Amino acid sequence: MLNIVYAFAVLAGLGVLFGGVLAVAGKVFAVEEDPRLEPLTEALPGANCGGCGFSGCSAYATAVLEGKAAPGGCPVGGEAAAKAMAEIMGVKMDVQARKVALVHCTGHGHVHQNYDYDGISDCLAASRLPGGGPLACPDGCLGFGSCVKACPFDAIHIDPENHVAVVDPDKCKACGKCIATCPRGIISLVPADPHVSILCSSKRKGVFVRQVCDIGCLGCGICEKTCPEGAITVEQFLAKIDYNKCTNCELCEEKCPRHLIR
Amino acid sequence: MSLTELVSLALAAILAENFVLVKFLGICPFLGVSKKTDTAIGMGLAVVFVMGLSSMVTWLVNEFLLIPLELEYMQTVAFILVIAALVQFVELFLKKFVPSLYTALGIYLPLITTNCAVLGAALLNVQNERSFLASTAFGVFSGLGFTLAIVLFASVRERLEYAKFPKCFQGFPQALITAGLIAMAFMGFSGLQVVW
Repeated sequence: MLNIVYAFAVLAGLGVLFGGVLAVAGKVFAVEEDPRLEPLTEALPGANCGGCGFSGCSAYATAVLEGKAAPGGCPVGGEAAAKAMAEIMGVKMDVQARKVALVHCTGHGHVHQNYDYDGISDCLAASRLPGGGPLACPDGCLGFGSCVKACPFDAIHIDPENHVAVVDPDKCKACGKCIATCPRGIISLVPADPHVSILCSSKRKGVFVRQVCDIGCLGCGICEKTCPEGAITVEQFLAKIDYNKCTNCELCEEKCPRHLIR
Repeated sequence: MSLTELVSLALAAILAENFVLVKFLGICPFLGVSKKTDTAIGMGLAVVFVMGLSSMVTWLVNEFLLIPLELEYMQTVAFILVIAALVQFVELFLKKFVPSLYTALGIYLPLITTNCAVLGAALLNVQNERSFLASTAFGVFSGLGFTLAIVLFASVRERLEYAKFPKCFQGFPQALITAGLIAMAFMGFSGLQVVW
C-alpha cells in the first residue's frame, strides 16, 4: 500500500517541481520581443515560400522590423499584407498591381525534336545536353516540369497536349520560384489583369524559327505597326509589350499572323 | 572509466548498436526530417545535445530517487516526465543565453521531446547499470550515431530525388527501402569490439 503512495508522491513531486522550475525559468529567461513582431508575422500569409528573398515569413517580418526590408515585398500576401504591414510599421506605401508568372512559349515546337531523350525527367538535366536539350527550338519550353516541382502553390502544370508548362493565374502568387528554376529563362512576371502577351521567347531570325516551330515569333513587326499606343516593339526578331502603355485593345491579337499574341 | 571502455562504448553506440539503423529507435524524425542534408544536421545536433543532457539527469533521478524508494518500475513514466521538462527548460535557456544555437536548432528542439531514441538511451543506461560518466558518454555517442544515420540517409534521399522510380515506389516506399539497405550495411558492424 505504501508503494502506491510513494509512487504517487514521487511522480506528483517531480511534476510539481518541474512545473515550478519551468514557470520560474519562463519568467527569468523571458526574451523581450518587439511587440510589433507578432502582428507583422500574422499579417503575412505564412506560406514560407521565400518569394520575398528571405528564408521565411518570420525572417521577412524581422527584416522589416529592423528596417532592412520594406513592407510590401511579399508576393503572396500582395496588397492586403502590404497594407497591414505598412500600418503596423506606421509608413505609407505604394501599392503595386498584382502580377502572375507566364511561360512565354506555346509549346507548338515540341513536334520538332533533335533526338529522343530518355534521361532524368528534369529541365535542368535535359538542358545540359548537346544542343541544350532534345527540343529543336533553343528557346522553347522543354516540358519536363522543373517549374511544376518548384511551385509551392501547385499553380503550374504541364499541358499534356503541347508539352508546355502553363501557369494557372488564379493560383499563382508571383513568388518567382519558377522563374529562377527555368533553365531556359522563358518565364516572367506579367500583370494579372486580363491582358495580351507574346507567347514566344525566340530571339532568332524568322528563317530559323520557321524550321523549329509552327507558330514561333518571326519578328515580322505587324503587331508593332498595328498597335495604336506604340506599346509593342520588335527587338532581336521578338515582339515585346510595354504593359505601361498597353490598353488591352487586342488589335495585335487579331493581326498577328502566327496567332501567338493571346 | 578507462579509455578502452570509452572507445568501445563509442564504437557500440555509433556503429555496432546504432540507435536508428540497428535498434530501430527514433525512426519518426529519421524519416520526417531527412529530406535535406542541412535540416538533418540540425536535427542530429539537437539530438546529441538533448541525449547527453537527458542521460545525465535521468541517471540522477534513477539513482537518488527511484532506486532508494524501490520505484524502478516507474522508470518509463518518470523518464518521460524528466525528458519533456528538460527539453522545455533547455529551450527557454538557449533562447535567452545562446540565441545563435537556438535559431540553429530551431523547431527540432521541441520535436525531440517525443523522440523515443532519447528515452531509449535513458532506459538502456539503467538496464546496463552504467556509471554517471558512462551514461553521459553513451548519451552523447548515441546522439552522434543518430546524426550519422540521418545525415547519410538525407544525402542518399537528396540524390534519389532525381532518380526514375516507378510511380508506386515514389516518396515513402523509396525512402523505406533506402533505410532498409543502409540498415543492412550497418549489420556489418555487429560484433565489432575493441581489443586492447
